[in-house]
Amino acid sequence: MHFPDSSTMTPPLNPDIAAAQLLIQNVSKVYYGRQTWVDKLLKQTSQDFVAIADINLQIASNTFVSIIGPSGCGKSTLLNIIAGLLRPSTGSIILNGEPIKGPGPDRGVVFQNYALMPWMNVAENLRFAIETVYPNMPLVQQKSIVHEYIDLVGLSGAEHKHPHELSGGMKQRVGIARALAINPEILLMDEPFGALDALTRGFLQDEVARIWEQQRKTVILITHSIEEALLLSDQIVMMTRGPAAKIAEVLNIPFPRPRKREELDQYSHYHELKAALEQHLSRETRAVEEARIRRK
Amino acid sequence: MTNNVLQVTTTRARSVTLTTNQKSFLLFLILLITFLGGWELGARMGGFLPIMPSASQTIKDFWFWVSNPFFDYGPNDQGIGWLLLTSLRRVLTGFLIGSAIAVPLGILLGLSRVAARAVDPFIQVLRPVSPLAWLPLGLALMKDSEKTALFVIAITSIWPTLSNTIFGVSNVDPAYLNVARTLGASRWRTIRKVILPAAAPSIVAGLRISLGIAWLVIVAAEILLSGGIGYFIWNEWNNLKITSIITAILIIGLVGLVMDRLFGLLQTKVSFGQRS
Repeated sequence: MHFPDSSTMTPPLNPDIAAAQLLIQNVSKVYYGRQTWVDKLLKQTSQDFVAIADINLQIASNTFVSIIGPSGCGKSTLLNIIAGLLRPSTGSIILNGEPIKGPGPDRGVVFQNYALMPWMNVAENLRFAIETVYPNMPLVQQKSIVHEYIDLVGLSGAEHKHPHELSGGMKQRVGIARALAINPEILLMDEPFGALDALTRGFLQDEVARIWEQQRKTVILITHSIEEALLLSDQIVMMTRGPAAKIAEVLNIPFPRPRKREELDQYSHYHELKAALEQHLSRETRAVEEARIRRK
Repeated sequence: MTNNVLQVTTTRARSVTLTTNQKSFLLFLILLITFLGGWELGARMGGFLPIMPSASQTIKDFWFWVSNPFFDYGPNDQGIGWLLLTSLRRVLTGFLIGSAIAVPLGILLGLSRVAARAVDPFIQVLRPVSPLAWLPLGLALMKDSEKTALFVIAITSIWPTLSNTIFGVSNVDPAYLNVARTLGASRWRTIRKVILPAAAPSIVAGLRISLGIAWLVIVAAEILLSGGIGYFIWNEWNNLKITSIITAILIIGLVGLVMDRLFGLLQTKVSFGQRS
């Protein structure tokens, strides 16, 4: 594709779009039901299911964006489409001007269930990722990157432990280190602390905040937690309930950085933002529950 | 009051309490002694055929075989150690032939859902067939009794490894595959570094069952052969030496147990806390 030099030509209509690193355009995902004549003959037909519909979003470089919404609203579907693990039914995702065609190491993914290889120790899990992405990198350099990122997430000394010897919080640190070690442009996190207890959760949120201050990567975080979103994000994207989930609103979070968990409620607009998020989430969640009751 | 409580605990500590293991061992001894006693009594009172030896005679003969395992007075009169080595060589050869087919084939089939489903009926039908049923077919195909024995061992022990390998390879946790995909790993690298290690616990579990079956089959496979513990049983039956046969049964059981435990260790080694 040919892009004209924007400085000499007429400027693009929306300056936000030009600045955006990641552009999500009209993305929807439909899981098609079984409706061929064979299915009809076998009485196995099912309806199409629209998970997300017409999602449009621009994400600028080096911003921390959280996506929040009721359970089953297609947040993970959207993240998997950005990761390239799912194909969108319509629309496209453009990263640095190039449409995404599949999964790739320009996007690092942190999975909810950690997804560490149990047969590899901590260092080997990281080295597997680095070696896969940079097959020609000298071994010494690979090892120094492994060391650097294990250090970054505070796991020095646990290099030779296997995942089953680690706690949930430690596993997710490895997951984060692995995603960052390949030096992606965007970090995608799918409810990374969902399976952790509240204390570990808070501890890891602080860790992510600290790491983000150091690395300043673009991050997209899927979460259920309002506190988590307010602590970490520059922007919070609120999604409506599914089916056919959409973006309801995007909130800008103007708190100064580095943020402190203890002082969060003293930042200006904290209470308004929190109330807006709570109202949205409880309204959507109630509607989901009611729809479920009526369906039965 | 406090004193009272203290006293109660001390008396409890003094009375004999056994752990579950100790209780089980005690019960085991009681069962063993009851069994041997019943056998001895039955034999002395003429409850069995005259060829059935008494328990004491059997224990004496068992000790004879075990205390002197390596004598060799010709093919029909060998120590139990030589017999075992011959049998183990056959079983391991047959098992290795079977595994050398089952593991690579299982991996190939496991990678394709269609192929795995297509082959499944063959496995399900052939798996329960008795080793004796394969003997005539083996002889017709191999034209040689030694090769027939290996054929029978291989073909009866191949199935658990094959079906477990297919299962392990086709049921790798999608999370691991997604990690490989997001990193942009090639198909070959994914197979080598992700699918095979993830399937290893299933494959080793299959091999463990297969080795058990290969050992189980040895008596049937050695009908046509000379040497080996299976042959020994057939030969001693012709000599009407029941004590030797009981000795062989016990030895076969113990050796099978040891091999199974060794594979159990290997299984823990490749599992890394995963379900096996």
